[in-house]
Amino acid sequence: MIRTRGLCYQYAGGGAPLRFPDVDLRQGGTLLLRGRSGTGKSTWLSLIAGLRGAGGGDLFVAGTQIGTQRGAEIDAWRARHIGFLPQKLHLSSALSVADNLALAYFAAGLPRDDAFIARALAGVGVAELAQRKPHQLSGGQAQRVALARAVLLAPLLLLADEPTASLDDEAAADALALLQDTAAACEASLVIATHDQRVVRALPGAQVLDLNEIGLQRLLDKREQL
Amino acid sequence: MKSIVQLARLSWRYLWSRPLAAVLNLLVLTLGLAAITLVLLVATQLDRAFERDLDGIDLVVGAKGSPLQLILAGVFHIDVPTGNIPLQDVQALQANPLVAQVIPLSLGDSYQGARIVGTTPDYVQHYRATLAQGRLWQQPMEAVLGAGVAHGGLAVGAAFIGSHGLGGGGHAHGDHPYRVSGVLAPCGCVLDRLILTSTESVWKVHEAATADEPEDLEILKEEREVTVALLRYRSPLAAVTLPRQINADTALQAAAPAIEVTRLLRLLGVGADVLRAFGGVLLAVAAASVFIALWNAVRERRADLAMLRMLGAPPGRVAGLVLWEALWLAALASLLGLLLGHALAQALGWALQAQGLLPVTGLVWLPAEAGVPLLAALVAALAALLPALQAYRTDVADLLGQP
Repeated sequence: MIRTRGLCYQYAGGGAPLRFPDVDLRQGGTLLLRGRSGTGKSTWLSLIAGLRGAGGGDLFVAGTQIGTQRGAEIDAWRARHIGFLPQKLHLSSALSVADNLALAYFAAGLPRDDAFIARALAGVGVAELAQRKPHQLSGGQAQRVALARAVLLAPLLLLADEPTASLDDEAAADALALLQDTAAACEASLVIATHDQRVVRALPGAQVLDLNEIGLQRLLDKREQL
Repeated sequence: MKSIVQLARLSWRYLWSRPLAAVLNLLVLTLGLAAITLVLLVATQLDRAFERDLDGIDLVVGAKGSPLQLILAGVFHIDVPTGNIPLQDVQALQANPLVAQVIPLSLGDSYQGARIVGTTPDYVQHYRATLAQGRLWQQPMEAVLGAGVAHGGLAVGAAFIGSHGLGGGGHAHGDHPYRVSGVLAPCGCVLDRLILTSTESVWKVHEAATADEPEDLEILKEEREVTVALLRYRSPLAAVTLPRQINADTALQAAAPAIEVTRLLRLLGVGADVLRAFGGVLLAVAAASVFIALWNAVRERRADLAMLRMLGAPPGRVAGLVLWEALWLAALASLLGLLLGHALAQALGWALQAQGLLPVTGLVWLPAEAGVPLLAALVAALAALLPALQAYRTDVADLLGQP
C-alpha cells in the first residue's frame, strides 16, 4: 500500500518545491504513474523507494512511514519490501542468470537460497535459463529474468519503470499480463511508470497518478516568477 | 561472516569478468612483490652468513695488499689471497701477550672448486663444527670434507688429488693424493665449502713439487709460509694497538673484519637499495594500474552497482565489493610474488654456488616475509580507495533516468 499526504520534493538547486498529488493505493492494488519526462516521475519513484528524502509531507509505504529511518535501515527495508523492474534491465553481464538473482540476497545480506531462485525463475517461465549469461538472452527473456529478480524476496510493492517501452503490441500485452500475475502471486501492490497509451488502455481499472498536470503547474509557476 | 563469504565470492566473479586487466594487474603486482621478497631473502642471508663466518675473529693477518681482499680470501674464501707470510712471523704473533689465539690457514690448492685449507684443529673448533663421519686429520695428507663438498660423491676412505690454484684446472699434484678421514656435519658456515687438512700437508705437496734435491727440501722447510692467520684478542684493548703495530712494524698486513665488512656491506647495500627501489617502483606502477582498472570497472558497472543499491545493498556493501576485488588481487599477487621471489633466490643461489661464492637459498622462509602480504594489501587498499568511494556514492537515480 502507498499513502501520501502533501508529499513534496525540494531540488538541490533551490526553486519551488515539487508538490505531488495525494495517493491512496490499497495493498495489492495497481497504480499507473503517468507523465512525460521531466515531470518528476523518477523523483516520485525514488521517494517511494526510500532513495531520497521528501521535502515535506507524509509518506507511508507498505505500512511503514518513510523518512524516519537511518540509511542502513531504509536500505534493509527496501531490500525486503520493494521490488524494482528498471527500464534498462541492468542484469550484470559478469554473472549468470541464477547469480544475477542471487544479487538480491547479497544486497539484502541474506544467505543465498538456490531453491527459491529456481522457483522464481520458473514462476516467470524461464527456469531453463538459469545458467545462461545475460547476453545469451532475448529481450523478452531478459525482462522475465529481471522480473524474477524483483520479486525474489516477495516484496510488498513492485515498481516497474516503462515495462512496455520498445515492445511490440503483442509482447507488451504479454509483459503487462505477466507483471500483473507476478505481482498478484506475491500479493504485492504494483506501480507502473509509463507514458505508453497501450498500458492505460490495457489496465482500465487501475488508479492513475498523472504528473503531467503538476508539470504544467510548475511551468506556470516559473512563468510567473519571470 | 556469511555475507563476507558472499562478498568475496561475488568480487572474485567481477574480478575475472575482465580477465585481461586482472592478469595484467596481477603480473605487475607480482613482479614488485617478488623483487622485494628477493632483496629481503638475499640481504638477510648474506648478513647472517657474514655474521656467522666473522664471529669471534678479531683480526686477520696476511700479506700486504687490499685489506678487503684479505678478509674475503681469509675469512669467507671468496677471493684470491694477497700472498703468503712467513711462518716465523705468525709464530711471533702467537707469542704476543695481546693475542689469545692464532689460527693459521694455508691456501693454494683446490679440488673441484672447493679450497683445500691447511690449518689446525682450532679452526674446526672455532666454528663449533662437529664431525658427521670419521675423524679429524691426524697425519699429513688426511683431509676432512665440509658438508657441502661431501655432496660431490667423496666418502670417508676415498682418495682425491688436489690441483694447484684455487680455481681448478691447474697442475694436478698427482704424486700426493689426499685421503678422506672424515666429513663435517653442516654448520651453515664457511667450513661447509672447504676441505680441511693439516698445514703440513699443504707444505709437503708444494715442497715436493718445487724441490729437486733433498737439500732444497731442507731450505724450503726453513722458509715455510702460511697464507693468513686469524687472531682472537686476549683483551679488547688489543684492538687499539695491535693492528697499528703489525701494519707499521712488520711486513704483514692486519685487517679488522668488522670494519672491512661494514665497508663491503655498504657497497652491497647500494645494490640492495637499487633492487628495493626497483621493487618499490613496480609496486607504485601496480598501484596505479590497479587503480585505473578499478576506476574503469566502477564506471562500467555503475548501473550494476546502482542496481545493487536499489536491491537494498547499503553503500558500504557496494564499496566493499570494489575493495574486495583489490584484496583478491593482493592475495593472489602475494602468493605468486613470494613463490617467484623464492624461486629467484634459489636460482641466484645456484649461480653463486657455481662460482663458489656465498650460500643463498630460496628454501628458507623468513618471518619478515609476513610483511609482503601486508604490503600487498596496503597497496591494493590504497589503489581501491577512490574507486570504492566512487562506488559508495553510487546514485540510484542513474537507474531511474534523469529526474
